[in-house]
Amino acid sequence: MKQLTVISGKGGTGKTTLTAAFTSLAKNAVIADCDVDAADMHLILKPRVLQKEDYYGLEVARIDLELCIECKKCREFCRYEAVNNNFGVDPYKCEGCAVCTIICPIGAVSMEKRVSGLAFFSETRFGPMAHAQLGIGEEASGKLVSVVRNNAKKLAEQYHKDLVIIDGPPGTGCSAIAAITGTDLVLVVSEPTLSGIHDLKRVIELTVHFMIPTVVCINKYDINEENTQLIEKFCIEMGIPVIGRLPYDDITTKAMLQEQTLIEYAKNSEHANESEFASQVWQIWAKVEEMFIDTQDKQKMIKSLETKNL
Amino acid sequence: MKIAIASGKGGTGKTTVSLNLALALSNVQLFDCDVEEPNCNLFLGFDLEKMEDVIYSVPVINQEKCDICMKCSDFCRYNALAALPDKILFFPSLCHGCGGCTILCPEKAILESQRSLGVIEKAKGGSSLEFYRGLLNIGETMASAVIRTLKKHIDDQKTVIFDAPPGTSCPVIASIGDADYCVLVTESTPFGFHDLRLAVDVVRELKIPFGIIINRWGLGDSSVEDYCKTKGIPILLKIPNDRKIAELYSQGIPFVRKMPGWNEKFLGVFEAIKSQLAGLEDVKI
Repeated sequence: MKQLTVISGKGGTGKTTLTAAFTSLAKNAVIADCDVDAADMHLILKPRVLQKEDYYGLEVARIDLELCIECKKCREFCRYEAVNNNFGVDPYKCEGCAVCTIICPIGAVSMEKRVSGLAFFSETRFGPMAHAQLGIGEEASGKLVSVVRNNAKKLAEQYHKDLVIIDGPPGTGCSAIAAITGTDLVLVVSEPTLSGIHDLKRVIELTVHFMIPTVVCINKYDINEENTQLIEKFCIEMGIPVIGRLPYDDITTKAMLQEQTLIEYAKNSEHANESEFASQVWQIWAKVEEMFIDTQDKQKMIKSLETKNL
Repeated sequence: MKIAIASGKGGTGKTTVSLNLALALSNVQLFDCDVEEPNCNLFLGFDLEKMEDVIYSVPVINQEKCDICMKCSDFCRYNALAALPDKILFFPSLCHGCGGCTILCPEKAILESQRSLGVIEKAKGGSSLEFYRGLLNIGETMASAVIRTLKKHIDDQKTVIFDAPPGTSCPVIASIGDADYCVLVTESTPFGFHDLRLAVDVVRELKIPFGIIINRWGLGDSSVEDYCKTKGIPILLKIPNDRKIAELYSQGIPFVRKMPGWNEKFLGVFEAIKSQLAGLEDVKI
């Protein structure tokens, strides 16, 4: 089983739109929506939930005020300033480390489990899907990303699928790292803005750091062609293939409003530019599929990444 | 007064709003809290100087003293310590620096050393705006720790603007949790609308007064405006879906600097926020 993760660094470059299109082109794949704090894939794929389970995030400390002798040791040792003057615990600051439980001389502190979200096993018109919903203001979205990826693996085994397509979160931190580690290929969706270029560079540093083969596609390439060339030049220098360019087109919003992937939408479109857009997305997908077949190239890419990491 | 600019969905225009608002106001501090992908200074072009490293304490295990009792690895909630038959392994990128292992070790075999997660930088003196940003090192996960250190530079006497990261989880809470007001930036597409409602749930949970700015207005449908009307949420500003704005953005130019009339509109946003907060005060009294 192979895994593809689509990320971007910068938000709003078109990750989910493109990933949704891929799901309608892939022949035998499981879908995993790993942008767990702002999951949108279900708006297009309309999954039918087969099974759901509670997700437990990090535990939270609770101080029993009946027992508490106000020795303030918990406050002194908590490195996250989560214990207030009245010995209440701020759930948004508590990182669940449990240091207070070992430091309290009379055992007044306990750790409480809390449901921090829900994880779903679902089916869609394009195959099985793993997704999740993080509770409001909950921590540890990286941990939930790992749960969704595990669930997607289970679905792949159960339904004999050979590919997991992962829609990743923006950024380079905890959830982005959880979404890319151990995958076979990362596709970065970039855009030719100064922010887009800056964020692309950081995200490529990240994939190089974790030595994951990476390819790039440039969305809305025509809003600034000079910047598009800068991205292509940078990618050539890094030895990272740019596998496609997509123009700025409101087909993406139109398809979204119809709750369709842009591939589905373009099938019924009479506009030549929309069919052309869909065909370019199809070509990008074909290149991704080639990358999976051509493992020799992949080995070569990993080698070159290794040398960059030194 | 502290104003946070947040969104839920990425790429809706948080940085654009933060910059344009900060540039329109005076006696202001701007904090780029998107420490995973800080973009504000691409538009400001300031010379930055390092203020401090964001450091935290991680364990250093003296393998000679260690008798592999496994108390530390059993205790660690983040799986940063793993016991092998002959030694304890430490994975720094998983460690949250809580210090529990050091306290627990009966052999006193664990000391602590300082590890850097990222840096806090400030625009050099003479810059037209007081600007701070945090930058998380590549491969590190604890964005919230960088944001907390960044916020130590807040001056309560000034108007403070936080450019928050996208999403709804811990780095967002760390960015907006102490704000007096939150501006939610959205676009009226199905994804934008869906993620806006998640963001509204977060600010309601945190009990922060809020209002909405619709960016790329004209794109999509009227669902965001209908929702705001039904829920009585103020719409502070509508920024049209204008190719000129997108082009200026792509070149790294804040559009208040180039498009007449917008400076006043952002000043208007600030006035609207102040009167909304004053109204809330009246209700409290």
